[in-house]
Amino acid sequence: MSVVLEKKKLRLATTSLAGCFGCHMSLLDIDERLFDLLELIDFDRSPLTDIKQCGPCDIGLIEGGVCNAENVLVLREFRKNCKVLIAIGACAVNGGLPAQRNHLNLGQCLQEVYLTGEGVVNGQVPNDPELPLPLDKVHPLDEIVRIDYFIPGCPPSGDAIWKFLTDLLEGRTPRLGHPLLHFD
Amino acid sequence: MKQLTFLLDGMPVPFEDGQTIMDAAMAADIFIPHLCHHPEFKPQGSCKLCTVKASGRHVSSCTMQARDGMEVENNTPDLNDKRRTMLQMLFVEGNHFCPSCEKSGNCMLQALAYELEMLTPHFDQFYPDRPVDASHPDVLLDFNRCILCELCVRASRDVDGKSVFALSGRGITKHLIVNAESGRLADTDFSLLDRAAHVCPVGVILEKRRGFAVPIGQRLYDEKPIGQQMDSLATRTAKVEVPR
Amino acid sequence: MAFDSDRLADVLEPILKRYRRDPSLLVQILRETQDVLSYLPPAALTYIAAKLDLPRARVEGVAGFYSFFYVEPVGQYRILFSDNIIDRMLGSVELMDRLCNKLWLERGKVSEDGLVSVDTTSCTGMGDQGPALLVNGRAITHMSAERIDRMCELIRAQVPLADWPPEYFLVEDNIRRRDVLLAGDWPVGESIRAAIARGPEAVLAEMKLSNLRGRGGAGFTTAIKWESARVAPCHGDNPMRYIVCNADEGEPGTFKDRVLLSSYADLLFDGMTVAGFTIGATQGLVYLRGEYRYLLPALLANIEGRRRTGLLGQAVCGQQGFDFDIEIHLGAGAYVCGEETSLIESLEGKRGVPRVRPPFPVRCGYLNQPTVVNNVETLCKAALIAQQGGAWYASLGTKQSTGTKLLSISGDVENPGIYEYPFGVSITQVLNDCGAGNAQAVQIGGASGICLAMHEFSKHIAFEDVPTAGAFMVFGAHRDMFEVARNFAHFFAHESCGFCTPCRVGTSLVANCMDKIANGLGSQYEISEIFKIHRLLNAASHCGLGQMACNPLFDTLNKFRPAYERRLRSLDFEPAFDLDRALASARQMTGRDDPAAHLDSAPGVLP
Repeated sequence: MSVVLEKKKLRLATTSLAGCFGCHMSLLDIDERLFDLLELIDFDRSPLTDIKQCGPCDIGLIEGGVCNAENVLVLREFRKNCKVLIAIGACAVNGGLPAQRNHLNLGQCLQEVYLTGEGVVNGQVPNDPELPLPLDKVHPLDEIVRIDYFIPGCPPSGDAIWKFLTDLLEGRTPRLGHPLLHFD
Repeated sequence: MKQLTFLLDGMPVPFEDGQTIMDAAMAADIFIPHLCHHPEFKPQGSCKLCTVKASGRHVSSCTMQARDGMEVENNTPDLNDKRRTMLQMLFVEGNHFCPSCEKSGNCMLQALAYELEMLTPHFDQFYPDRPVDASHPDVLLDFNRCILCELCVRASRDVDGKSVFALSGRGITKHLIVNAESGRLADTDFSLLDRAAHVCPVGVILEKRRGFAVPIGQRLYDEKPIGQQMDSLATRTAKVEVPR
Repeated sequence: MAFDSDRLADVLEPILKRYRRDPSLLVQILRETQDVLSYLPPAALTYIAAKLDLPRARVEGVAGFYSFFYVEPVGQYRILFSDNIIDRMLGSVELMDRLCNKLWLERGKVSEDGLVSVDTTSCTGMGDQGPALLVNGRAITHMSAERIDRMCELIRAQVPLADWPPEYFLVEDNIRRRDVLLAGDWPVGESIRAAIARGPEAVLAEMKLSNLRGRGGAGFTTAIKWESARVAPCHGDNPMRYIVCNADEGEPGTFKDRVLLSSYADLLFDGMTVAGFTIGATQGLVYLRGEYRYLLPALLANIEGRRRTGLLGQAVCGQQGFDFDIEIHLGAGAYVCGEETSLIESLEGKRGVPRVRPPFPVRCGYLNQPTVVNNVETLCKAALIAQQGGAWYASLGTKQSTGTKLLSISGDVENPGIYEYPFGVSITQVLNDCGAGNAQAVQIGGASGICLAMHEFSKHIAFEDVPTAGAFMVFGAHRDMFEVARNFAHFFAHESCGFCTPCRVGTSLVANCMDKIANGLGSQYEISEIFKIHRLLNAASHCGLGQMACNPLFDTLNKFRPAYERRLRSLDFEPAFDLDRALASARQMTGRDDPAAHLDSAPGVLP
């Protein structure tokens, strides 16, 4: 039996649900450390690859909250396939900017924007079956599925993401601390 | 006359008769998390962030008088766990959206969350529908961020002699109101020069036309976390001067 | 409806005059204002604030605190169903639905014509004769389908409440077991005369001998409380000591003080007078919960009678130098005002928020003066001790819990009502006596008390074993203990005063957890959450309400775990809401119903 932490290459999937992709940009801010990362992980489904469906993975990194039916389906796919799910960014952690609509009534919003609003002529609420329907409220990821880790920030910096991932990959409970931990 | 002391996490802390645990700790530059406490006002004991364990019992250190020989626990994992949970409760109770908040970086609620390593609000968000009062010419009130610390209530009543703010409702519906039948701040005698205009520890009472005046990196809690800012906590002044 | 200033002046000036324009009587002033205007219009609050020289926001804050104060119209008939679990077990939910259906009402909303509104309220203390409700503050018991139907007719015909069938308002005592207090013959004023004959120090000595402990739940030794108040210095320009009778009896399932106030008022007032004599107080105040307002006329008449016969007023019973009078203040629907410092805040015309303690009321209480706050039953017992002596009293009950205890028994029993026992009685015996049949659980001490399972029925009612202020709720084998706990969780969330973070938010969080489990969306996750919140509230809350709020959940989770587990959807985390229903609004606006417009529950999860 070996007492050395097994070094095997892990599979990492990423996606943005109701997010702006700012957290993905921040991930890329690790710059050349990306090469070091690629020694430790292979990307599965991610904007950086062209893999459309998430396969069995060790880690899922998700930015953006849940605002429509498609977000729910993708989130469930990730939860099913990834051993560990990380919510990255304000939207994934607490709903973020899209959740600022939550104190309003969705039906009334759709009504005003598409039907009765000023300047609207022959209004119709878009109803193509390909369009995912919005939920009545935007939710953080952990109100839909179990989430294992959270990296707050809008976005978290590249340094924060790097610290978090290296902690995780090297077997330590990730810690951010000052000044890497921030909510804005 | 022997110096009165109590033990705080095993270290002796001197105090004068009549001082609370919080007062004595602050004087000794020891940080106990707090939100509704302010050295200028009578302690309230409502936020419960300052909860410590004194002689085996949980008490609010801001209202508990220190006693000679008392043993007090402060910086323990269990107490910090409880404090983190209470911060999470505050974060889900209101609408605390930091990325667009004018107080971000200077906010005590946020700074404490960083200090106690709160990574997620954890509980289901309440997403309450709370108003924004922009009626006053100089001051904006964004009730989404109110943590019910009553510092504005105390300042307006005890310092300004105006009683502009009060609390109404009960339980989870408790909320801040202003002293006007219309409910609008503009219909009160509130002024930007009031002490109450500058005591809010979070982003409720905001001076208009002064948003994001300080760049990220130079804000109050950017350089040092709140736990290392005893001097600024102990001597909180009316207004943070900003170079124009 | 616009309220012009003349109309307001006509209504409010007499009220303000009656209460001496005293800002500390704000709660009573607001109550009487609402009696006339049927709610508290904003203009009325402005007027009252001006006349009492109080900030308007302060007056609004008080109006916004109490459940029975309304700042918007609630209709000519305001009907509140008592919503304790016992009322539900008696069918209150079905009756409320029936009433709302017949009146074309949505629960909580006023009818279009402004005639009536229907809602629930916390336990009104009628568990032995429920389901019960309040109509415009008056208690109606023994509700039934017939009474609901008749009420609809009365409301539609706008028959004044005074002309409703008088039997509706009958509240019976239901005394089932009498012991020394309830079986005794206690001539009016005898206790006062006995106390005067002994002298204050001797009365205090008898109280110490008796080892009487408070009957309101906390069980503090009464003699120590009295002695502390007796020696504490008074303050300020109007130095006085006060006796306050805590008649707020809001703990769900408690109605023993109701019976004492109804049929043993003389003993209570004697006891208050004895207490006043002993500690050197000249003023007694009764804080009577708003739900017992129907008792007010008789209580006031009793006090008037005492003033005429010299049992109150100057030189009580001829004792020169001993002046004592009693005033009654009504509560306005706030359980937290049963906590003695919240009660005092309410007496002072403020929001009922518990004070920072120390200092305690015996040193710094009503108007910052030394104040004794005692429960109704405690004061009645004190009256007995003044007559019969402390040694007699100490010979009853157990060594640490002397004397007798009134229990208010309700639930799945043949004979609900009041039972007086010496302390030390076993729960098994009580269950036998009240005809409990096959009880699976007994909730003793109300929602903040303890839930005992069958294997614990051999325990005894006593401070050293199972303490209680008197509430004794019995649940038969067929009851769902999860729903019992959920009812209590909502009670605490509703009644939290909101002062401190853990209780204000925590009680709502656990109520939501319980709802999530009730909706079939719970998991082990919720159970862990409840335990975590319980530990926090128990440690960090500002007062007993928060500290005890999760007790029923803690007890039922430990002793009736399967009642929770059989409702769990899965062992893993589930969202707290129906995902498909969350798309309903968008489906409606887009007119879509195709498969992609729906979401199932998570795959691999039982329906």
